[in-house]
Amino acid sequence: MSNWQPSCSIETLKARAELYVQIREFFAGKNVLEVETPLLMQHGVTDRYMQSMQVHGVYSSPGFLQTSPEYAMKRLLAAGSGSIYQIGKAFRLEESGARHNPEFTMLEWYRVDFDHWALMDETFELLVKVLGQRQRVNYSYQEAFKVFLNINPFTISLEQLKILSEKTLGELPDNLEPDDYLSLLFEDQIEPKLGTENTITFIIDFPASQSALAKIDPKNPKVAQRFEVYIEGFELANGFNELQDSGEQLERFKADNAWRKANGLEEVDIDTNFIQGLESGLPQCAGIALGLDRLLMIHLNLKHIKQVLAFPAH
Amino acid sequence: MGTITTNDLRNGIKIMLDGEPCSVVDNQFVRPGKGQAFSKTKVLYLLTGRTVEKTFKSGESIETADILDTSMEYLYTDGEFWYFMDSDTFEQVSADSKAVGDNAKYLIEQDKCHVMLWNGNPIQINPPNFVVLEVTDTDPGLKGDTSGGGSKPATMHTGAVVRVPLFVNIGDKLKIDTRTNEYVSRA
Repeated sequence: MSNWQPSCSIETLKARAELYVQIREFFAGKNVLEVETPLLMQHGVTDRYMQSMQVHGVYSSPGFLQTSPEYAMKRLLAAGSGSIYQIGKAFRLEESGARHNPEFTMLEWYRVDFDHWALMDETFELLVKVLGQRQRVNYSYQEAFKVFLNINPFTISLEQLKILSEKTLGELPDNLEPDDYLSLLFEDQIEPKLGTENTITFIIDFPASQSALAKIDPKNPKVAQRFEVYIEGFELANGFNELQDSGEQLERFKADNAWRKANGLEEVDIDTNFIQGLESGLPQCAGIALGLDRLLMIHLNLKHIKQVLAFPAH
Repeated sequence: MGTITTNDLRNGIKIMLDGEPCSVVDNQFVRPGKGQAFSKTKVLYLLTGRTVEKTFKSGESIETADILDTSMEYLYTDGEFWYFMDSDTFEQVSADSKAVGDNAKYLIEQDKCHVMLWNGNPIQINPPNFVVLEVTDTDPGLKGDTSGGGSKPATMHTGAVVRVPLFVNIGDKLKIDTRTNEYVSRA
């Protein structure tokens, strides 16, 4: 079977180019600097559930295709770049499906002196510029579970979570952690209903256990200053009020590696350049990663990521 | 017996669950939030025909089921088993009533049937989409009525009971759609 042709239409290629023009105009108008950081670097990520692709022959040990430009961009911020953005590729092993391709395009930007609230406003502004006027909806993580499932994600017992999850999702793997059940329920029962009817939905105040590289809310240590953006039932973007404390960051990485070891996964060398960058001083900033393939899917009302990629992996 | 991981899951792939062969009928990769990734699947248990929603952790190993879809010629039944032959190798297999099920009433000697083998044993028999059956019992035909209006039950030589037009008589050979158990035409 002949397979040489692109899997997206030429119209879609043009729509992608137009989208990038709009994004670049948007940031040029706000004096946010476009930057480029390497796709291949010496360090990967310690994330518990993310696997980097390895490349041999460049460094003395295998190098890693970046799962996001976050560490490199934060090093630029620490070096005094001011607010920056990047449109670039990111690579994640084993991610493939209707909304995932192992290689995908990400828009990542950091705003110096912003907190996550200001960044949410700016994100909304950009999305409206691209998609046209839509109404903004905010839910806290807790409210979303209350509204759509009538449970409190912070107080529900593991046993109740397991029962509810199996009732709605069928057979599940054994030994899931509370966050796994919550994430599965969120994906299955809440996400499809978010950002529908011409809205853009922000989910804020994620549990501290899902903080990643976000600050913990000083007023409520149970929640992280992290948000996600949903449109038409798609998870589109993930933003943080960025953690500046290098010591806490190092502790989180070490905890990830301890968890990896305990779960039979390879430990990942901690990116010392990144930690040293934080030590020298990351300015107060908020940052966000936004999936451009998905934004294009939403914009063009396409249901499979293949329809927006020239040559998908599968 | 091989193993695959969730990355190899595709619709139609055959896997073992709880000691039973299953066919994956739907598969969706999800990575909710920044957490662990999963494969949400729907699987069809091939022995019982029940469909179950099942979620795997991404990367989990899954045992594959040794399932082979073949085309075989139906030979005969001894009342307990139904015998089929591979026309190329002349190898014969015997299917029990669980594998044949309701499809026994469409089995005509020398017809090519789809035989699903699990570890070499038939677990599912599907007749051709169309078979020719002979009417052994029905009310007398209404001569001249070929209008197609109205129908009546007819029993075929294999035991199948099909709604047929009023003009059909005992001894007529009819083309039947095995997927819907409907009369198509006179053969």
